[in-house]
This record gives sequence, C-alpha cells and structure tokens, in this order.
Amino acid sequence: MTHVSMTVNGKARKADVEPRLLLVHFLREHLLLTGTHVGCDTSQCGACTVLIDGRSAKSCTIFAVQADGSQITTIEGLAKDGRLHPLQEGFWEEHGLQCGYCTPGMIMSAVNLLTDTPQPTEQQIREGISGNFCRCTGYHHIVNAIQHAAGRRS
Amino acid sequence: MGALPILPKLVGERVKRREDPRLIQGRGTYVDDIKIAGMQHMAFKRSDVAHGRIRSIDTSAAQTMEGVEAVFTGAQIAEMLAPMPIGTPFPSPPHRAVATDVVRYAGEPVAVVVAADRYIARDAADAIVVHIDPLPAVMDPERAMTGQPTVIHPEFPNNLAVALVPSGTGVSAEGSVDDSAIEAAFAAAEVVISQRMINQRLVPNAMEPRGVVAHFEPGKASMTIWSSTQNPHILRTMIAAMVGLGQDQVRAIAPEVGGGFGAKINIYAEEYVTAAVSKRLGLAVKWVEDRSEAFVATTHGRDLIGYVDVAARRDGKVLGLKLRLIADIGAYNMLLTAAIPTLTMMMASATYDIPAIRTTLTEVFTNKTPTDAYRGAGRPEATYFIERAMDMLARELNLDPAEVRRRNFIAPDKFPYATQMGAVYDSGDYGKALDLALKASNWNALVAERDAARKEGRLVGLGLAMYVEVCGIGPSSSLPTGGWEHSQVTVERDGRISATTGASPHGQGNETTFAQMLADQFSVPIEHITIQHGDTGIVKQGIGTFGSRSQAVGGTALHLAGVKVKTKMTKFAAALLEADEHDIVFQNGTIGVKGSPAAAKSFSDVAAYAYVPVPLPEGLEPGLSEEAFFEPANNTYPFGCHISMLEIDRDTGEPKLLKLVAVDDAGNLINPLIVEGQIHGGLAQGIGQAMIEEAIYSDEGQLLTGSFMDYALPRATDFPRFELHSSVTPTPVNPFGAKGVGEAGTLGSTPCIVNAAVDALAQFGVTHIDLMLRSEKLWRIIQGGQA
Repeated sequence: MTHVSMTVNGKARKADVEPRLLLVHFLREHLLLTGTHVGCDTSQCGACTVLIDGRSAKSCTIFAVQADGSQITTIEGLAKDGRLHPLQEGFWEEHGLQCGYCTPGMIMSAVNLLTDTPQPTEQQIREGISGNFCRCTGYHHIVNAIQHAAGRRS
Repeated sequence: MGALPILPKLVGERVKRREDPRLIQGRGTYVDDIKIAGMQHMAFKRSDVAHGRIRSIDTSAAQTMEGVEAVFTGAQIAEMLAPMPIGTPFPSPPHRAVATDVVRYAGEPVAVVVAADRYIARDAADAIVVHIDPLPAVMDPERAMTGQPTVIHPEFPNNLAVALVPSGTGVSAEGSVDDSAIEAAFAAAEVVISQRMINQRLVPNAMEPRGVVAHFEPGKASMTIWSSTQNPHILRTMIAAMVGLGQDQVRAIAPEVGGGFGAKINIYAEEYVTAAVSKRLGLAVKWVEDRSEAFVATTHGRDLIGYVDVAARRDGKVLGLKLRLIADIGAYNMLLTAAIPTLTMMMASATYDIPAIRTTLTEVFTNKTPTDAYRGAGRPEATYFIERAMDMLARELNLDPAEVRRRNFIAPDKFPYATQMGAVYDSGDYGKALDLALKASNWNALVAERDAARKEGRLVGLGLAMYVEVCGIGPSSSLPTGGWEHSQVTVERDGRISATTGASPHGQGNETTFAQMLADQFSVPIEHITIQHGDTGIVKQGIGTFGSRSQAVGGTALHLAGVKVKTKMTKFAAALLEADEHDIVFQNGTIGVKGSPAAAKSFSDVAAYAYVPVPLPEGLEPGLSEEAFFEPANNTYPFGCHISMLEIDRDTGEPKLLKLVAVDDAGNLINPLIVEGQIHGGLAQGIGQAMIEEAIYSDEGQLLTGSFMDYALPRATDFPRFELHSSVTPTPVNPFGAKGVGEAGTLGSTPCIVNAAVDALAQFGVTHIDLMLRSEKLWRIIQGGQA
C-alpha cells in the first residue's frame, strides 16, 4: 500500500492505496465520485476525463499514486454555489447529451478547450473534443453546446 | 383565484430535457455506480480461440488467491442454468451461458470468478489455465454453407441456421412458391442490374459497456437485478424462468443506461450467470464489462450479403426485384438474431411500387460473435441494397437518379398500401420528401458545384437515397414478447401527477416528452409531473425500448391511461362543482365549469376531494389512478430522403463528407429538439458504417478490430454540420400521429454516401463499391483497379 494525498474538488483527500490502482477507480470506488465514467480500456474514449492541476487528463491512464499532491476537479466539482458551469448550461440548453454517459468527460475536455481557446471556431471545437467519443449525438448538439458556453450562440 | 400565468401548450415545442440536470452534474446512477454491502465482483475467463474443444480447465491457482470467493467452470454453471432461450420461433442449437465442451467464438466464456474486488477478480481469471484443442475456424459464410471447413453445430448441416426461406410475390402463407410472376418480370425486362453487395459487420459500442448487479436475498426469497438493458421487463421474465423464481420474486431495474442501439435488447449469458451465482452464494454480485470484452461479448450488428437483381424497362420503371440474402449470424442464435434479416426481406421493396419481388434468406453459423439488433436492425440493409440498385439502374440508363426513383414511387393516394412483402404501409408521400430534399439541398447548384470541381480535377460526387422503415412495433402477432406497451397515470392527493411507462429509455428523453403530453392533457405545469420508468417494482408491466416504438406505442399507452384518469377526475369535479360533467373544463391548473370561470376549483382541490370523497359520488371509487395497455393495430412507416456530397482525395483516396442533408418524415413530433438529436445520432452511425466502421476478423477467427485503437468509432472531426428538414405525414395508427424516429438516420445516410462515392469515381469505370469506403480501396480504383 502507498499513501496518497490530493485535493479533489477543493477537499483534502488521503488514502492508502495499491500502487496499481487507477486514478479513475480511486475517484469512483474510494471517494464515491461516480460521475467520472469508464468507457474503454485503451485511453481512447475520454469518458474518464478530469482536470489535474487545471488540465484535462484521462483518469483511466494514470495511477492514483501519480496524482499524489495534485489538484483534481471532477464533474461533481464544476458547479459552484449551486450555479451550473457555463458548459453545463450549454449542454442543457442545446440538448448536448442523450444517454449522458460520455457527458462528464466531454464537459471536462471542453473546459480545457475553452481555457486555452475562449472563442473557438467550429473546427477548433471538433478537434478539441476529438479525444472524446459520443455514440448518441453525432456531436452536432455538443458543438452547439460548447458554442453556447463560449457565447457564440444566442 | 388570482391571475395565473397562462400555461403554454408543450406538445410540439423544443422543451429542454428534464433528465439533464442530474446527468450534466455527474449525479446519474449507472449500473457500475451501484454498491451493496458485501457485494462481490465477478470476472469471466474467456476463450482466446474461435473454435475448439476444451481439454482441461485448471482453476486451482485462482481458487486459492486471497479475496476469491468462488470459481465456477462451465460444467458447474450448467448445473445452475439450462441452455439459454431465444425469442424467435426458429430452431436453435443449445447455447450454454458458459461453454462446457466446445467453444465457438473467441471471447466465449469458459469460467467465472467471484472475488472481493474487480482487480482480484481479474487477477484470478487470468490465473485460470485453459487448454483448448483448436478446430478449424469457420469464417466465410458462403464457404460455411457448403459445410467447409467444418460444421459448427452438428445438428445444423452445412452450418445453415435458417435454410433458404422464400418470401414475396407468389409465396403463400403456407410456403408454396409460384415463380411465374417474378420470372415474367425478368423475361419482360429491357435492362437487368445484378450486383453482389456486402453490408458489413459492425460493433454497436454504446459508450456504457454492459453491467449487471444481482442481489438475491435468501430470507426474502427474492432477487433484485440491475442491468444496463433496454427492456427490464423482458429481463425479469427471462431471469425468473432461468433461476427458478416467480416473476413476482424478481425485480429488474434498468437505472441510467448509457446507450443501447439494439445491443442491449438481448438477455445475455452474463445476466443469467450473475443472477445464478448471486442466488447460489446468497450475496450481491456485480459484473461490469471492459471495453475489450464488449467488443467480443456484446452482440454485433448487420453482416449481410445481398445478391440483388433488378429487372426494368429502359424508361426506368422497375418490373421485378430478386434479393438473395445470406446472413452471417455468428456462433449462436441470441434473443432476436434470426428475426433481424427477416426485416430486410419485409422492407425489400422500400418506397417503390414493384409488381414482382422474390427474396430468399439463408442464415449461416460462423465462429464469430453472434449478431443481433443494431440500430435499424434489418431495415438499413434493405434500404442499402435497393438504393444502391436504383442508383446503378439510373447510371446504366443515363437517367437522373431522382427521376428513376420518382417513376417507381408508391403513389400517395395508394395508402394504406399492401406491399408484395406482406407489409401494410400506413401513410406516406415519398415524392414530397424527395422534392423537399432536392430543394433544401439546392441540388441543381450542387450539381453545378460538383461539375466545376471536376473541371479542376477534383473527385467530387453527389448521392441521394430514399428510405422507409418499419417502426412502432406491434401488434402481438409480430413480437414474441407481446406487441403492446403499458402505462399507469396517477393524480396524487396534492395534485401532482406521477406516471409510469414500460418504455425504458436510455437517452431518448421520455421523462421530458411524456411529461409534455400529460401537461397538455391535464393543463398543469410540467414541473408538477414525474415520469417513472425502468424498474419493474414501480412500472408494473412493460415491453421496452427498441424498434423506434417509445412514442408510437408507449406514448399512446400513457395518453390512454391519462384519458381514463381525466374522465374520472371530470366526474369528481362535476360532483364538487354541482355541474354537468360535459361542461367541465381543465384549464391552466384549474378545473371549472364552461362559462363560469369564477367558480373554478384548483386542480389540487379536486385531487384532494377524490381521495377524501365526502360525499362519494354515486358510481365512483375513490382515487385517481388508472392504467392502460396499448396494442397498435399496425406498425408505423416513417420515411425520408438523404442527400450527400463527398470528395475523394485523388492522391490518397481519403473520402471527406462535405455535406449531408436529411429530410425525415416521422409524422407529428412531440419535441423537435429531441427528434433532431435522434436523427443526428442515427446519421452518425449510418455515416460511420459508410465511411470508417468495420469489424474485421482474421482467418483464424480473431477480432482484429477489438478495441477503439483498431475499430474506427467516429469522432467529432469526422462529420460536417448536418442539415435537417422534415415533412409531416401523420400516421392513422395512433392518436398522436407520431411514427418513430430513433433509427431513421441510419437508413438513408449509408447508401446516399456510397452513391456519392460511386458518382465521384464513375470516371474510373466503377459501378459499385462495397462498404466501407476505406481510402485504400478508393485509391486502388483511382489507380485503375477495381473495388
């Protein structure tokens, strides 16, 4: 067992974990933050995307011990003081989700995209979320949702 | 009463989804999010060969690992579970949930481990040593039909699961076959188009892999089973029968379900095994599929070869159609496997008035993952074959592809229209959809743009495709589960409304659309309505969500239950207001008497009175809760026209989709925003099939496209913005006139893109390109070879 400590959604978290424990399983099984999903086992689908020190990362691809000392934000930590994040608003307004399984990871990737590129073109949006699969929406309304959050749609 | 805000009519409006607040905040509960005290985790040891005889299984190392609760081989599971049932009337070989002697596809389960956590369970599964003596792998369906290289199921000679079923003109219900009409059609033909076409194997890939939690409680002799399924009521029926419980003793729950696309209709080995093991151990047991596992363990889709022959006159009028189908169904029959290609036969004539049709169907076992429903399930295949053939005919005759189609459409005054294939199309106006698509896409301008691009040496093509599909599946004669849906609507004591539906959504948004319907029906705010689904402990009866039936069948059941409650509530209101019940009006959250608005009671006052009815009106029971079953008299037949523009890179062969215009006619719409989402998703899967998706096996039976590293699931960068338009031709089959839209997008998109690719490359002499449009294939055509 290895000791890890990290800040998750603003709260200090400590635990003794197996060195092989994936960060996504630490979040889901130890901290019961089940909003972060697992959709594949080859780092392709992005359902497990969280922010590590403000940057999007696939939490199925790193061990919990590698995140020692980090600041983690998951989908559960995105709304502040009962107010949805603009991307959450955008996904709701523009019907950016159907089954909702890819949605948390998709939103976290989009947070990173808008941090780097606050006013993205449609092509930049499509490239920015190309590490995240959605099987329901054909991405059309997801693009609209991100444009909405970026203030590009009324 | 004070002035109330006027409630807007909601049916037909773009209402934001009521499901979303929990899902966008990570607060939805999917199967893998469920934890129960003492819960164990299950993992499967799976065959790594496609075909072979199990010589030995050594579980000793697994059994002694710390944290392992139990290990079961196939033989031990066979003591708990009979062979798995199927849902079609076709003959089927015995199929054990865990293989006992012979394995017939790579990925078939051979042993099961139960352990304290998922990591230990996987370690223990890896520690099981299995020796399998390989047998020849049967991979090519057309070779398999001759019994080569071997026979997979001894009781099915030549690997024929279903041997040559004829259908169409001259084939009677009793099976007698009269060839005279179809032969006459071909004898009279001035031109015949013949083409073998492949509709390739696909992997459905819902983003949530499957998962099950089974919790048998010995003291209560009851089981609760959570599963990522499209149909919890069918699951309950099947699980109860297989583990030896009554249906009253099993509660099946579909919590949030992360997509299905048809692949979560089947009731799987893993569901039966999880339930049986939970019952045996008296513990809660969870199994969650890995993606790599999902690629081989969850049913695949399509995989149909069609030999298409079209007989026509030189003016483009089609006289006859022959369609010989060979379905590669993989190693076993699953719940609906055998029935899927019969839908291709049923829809063979598509939007066309073809006087003579003969289809035949052969289904073949191979050493691959079994197939079953995948979005569209049989209808995209039918659409693909006929729409490619119509394009080939147009090209052969040097006629406009739209004009050839128009000359063959079923005329709008012929509905209801009985096809040669035994379907009765409810309503349709195919010319209207075609005209709208040509106008909306500005077809003539696209032709000019294409021709200008060609002058610059670019390879640009245009394609169009019509479609009609069968949706809203019922009546009970067409579904072994029963072809109805159920709903219960309750006006609660406080005037709020709760309603249940047997339609079990996994992204379709029924909590919103069904609430829109009830809000209008009772004239109450949508915020006062809760729609419950997916739990057989709450939803008494149901069939489930597939075949684009939620609205057409489930929505109608909800409406009818609502009518019953409203009728009763009207009687209570009439008693309370001392008025004639015919004069009672529901308006804006009140119930009053026509012409005297001041006397109106609030909706909640009438509800409260119905539960404490002093005095009780004569002939009424207390309470406001009614249920309804709805069985439609017929299916619905939505239709449309899709148009695409494609450019192929001359140097690399890489195709790029420049434009996709879709006209869809799904009848009346409850929520256009949700309908658009459904069409987008269908288009994405249809485009994926046309351009990048394909399940590919090695000659030895290994799935080479067994992960997202190898199977091309479309990304956001693979699509242009879709351009949607709709025409509205209501169905007379249900009171809302809604037809269904979940699968529509997959039908027209695939053939219209291949038609565009052939158009782009016709200058190289190509008349057909088999799915999918791999750039290497296109590059070879450009280099002077053939597809």
